[in-house]
Amino acid sequence: MGASSDTDQRVIAILAAQALHDPADLTRGTSIESLGIDSMGLAEILFAIEEEFDIAVPFNANTPEAGAIDLSTVGTVCDAVRRLVDGHPA
Amino acid sequence: MTAQRRVAITGAGTVNALAEGVPGTLAALAEGRVGIGPLEFVDVERLSIRIGGQVRGWSAEDRFSRAQIALFDRATQFAMTASAEAVAQSGLTLSDAEALRAGVIMGSAGGGYTTIDDAYRTVYPLGRNRVHPFTIPRLMHNAAAAHMAMAQGIKGPSFTVSTACASSNHAMGLAFQLIRSGAADVMLTGGAEATLCFGGIKAWEALRVLSPDGCRPFCATRNGLVQGEGAAVLVFEDWERARRRGADILAEVAGFAMTSDAADIVVPEADGAVRAMQGAMAQAGLAPGDVGYINAHGTGTAINDRTEAHAIRTQFGATLPLVSSTKSMHGHLLGATGALEALACILALRDGIIAPTAGHRVTDADCPVDCVPNESRRARVDAALSNAFAFGGMNACLAFKRA
Repeated sequence: MGASSDTDQRVIAILAAQALHDPADLTRGTSIESLGIDSMGLAEILFAIEEEFDIAVPFNANTPEAGAIDLSTVGTVCDAVRRLVDGHPA
Repeated sequence: MTAQRRVAITGAGTVNALAEGVPGTLAALAEGRVGIGPLEFVDVERLSIRIGGQVRGWSAEDRFSRAQIALFDRATQFAMTASAEAVAQSGLTLSDAEALRAGVIMGSAGGGYTTIDDAYRTVYPLGRNRVHPFTIPRLMHNAAAAHMAMAQGIKGPSFTVSTACASSNHAMGLAFQLIRSGAADVMLTGGAEATLCFGGIKAWEALRVLSPDGCRPFCATRNGLVQGEGAAVLVFEDWERARRRGADILAEVAGFAMTSDAADIVVPEADGAVRAMQGAMAQAGLAPGDVGYINAHGTGTAINDRTEAHAIRTQFGATLPLVSSTKSMHGHLLGATGALEALACILALRDGIIAPTAGHRVTDADCPVDCVPNESRRARVDAALSNAFAFGGMNACLAFKRA
């Protein structure tokens, strides 16, 4: 789990920075909505994640529910990023 | 207070993905033909969004001299072609004295976007140390308006408005006000845009609001906007002047209002849209039941169409006009889109044809308007509105009447 927890920590650092929270306040169950992140904030997060991990995150703001990626909680974001980093679909 | 003058539209011209020229464009709009397709330009393979309403087979060399091409960005080229068509159709001639009371107001969101893109490519990835000496006069936002004024010898108020996707509605609204108030007699007005290049799409891609597969305004399956390019230019003229010279009056510009949401830089609010429609209707002396057609902003994004539909319901209540978004066919021309969409209003007013919203698949309960899906409709329309709601929460609505 070493590699994945490293990925999780980097994702959490990005989310925390965007939400102006201490990373220690974020758990896997924390919802993105509860962090006060709006659609613009989400676009910035995805940009930061793509830059950090050199991946492409499939996401269209018009169809967030379309299932390309689950961005509902800190945990689901971490899982999706890990899958993308491993070369799998989100 | 002196009486306000009436304003006639006596000429129109356009270049867009549907056609070069007004007749071809109106025919395409009436057919519900879609001009959106695969994009073709340098580095397109590095984009995830690869569709747009691109003007095909455009050859600058066949239209302009070498000296002109050195100064004309693609957007200016479109503007000059549209302007020549509009002036020719209006039969407009200006004496030296009349030229002083004529002007040009154009809208553009991106200015000379491809000129900037090309120049940056030259100095960054290509590593060269010089760019063309006319890069600045080519890329400046007011270039198209300036060249139009030079071509027609127009010496009155001339400038360019840049309010993102409302630019050309603001431009036409200001041109209308200048004539209405007596400050000018003739105005060339509209918009020109050419942002379909690698940098132009890449920046929009990052916002994650572009559709990968088509523009379907008010449809439950809509998934974003599709960019277009082109220009549309209209000749606005003092009604009495137009009547005296026997000009063919295409429609009347009867009202204009602009509002600001003062809320969010990208998320629209219904209140600002409602106030814009209200203001334009009030100036035109229109009650809700008088308006037969609205050319919607209708971008095809989830939030615009929902917000706009609710704004229309709020303003019109039980007497809903027909509503369509022709962006489904020509794409979103950003700063030129309102000018092109004014042609759809003329089609409704003059020819009694409501251009459809193409690409429609499934009704969205959250967009409770009759969006004239897929097939045009016949209707006698006495008055029409054209909406433009820009990023920045800047809204501009025009009211037109049948001549």
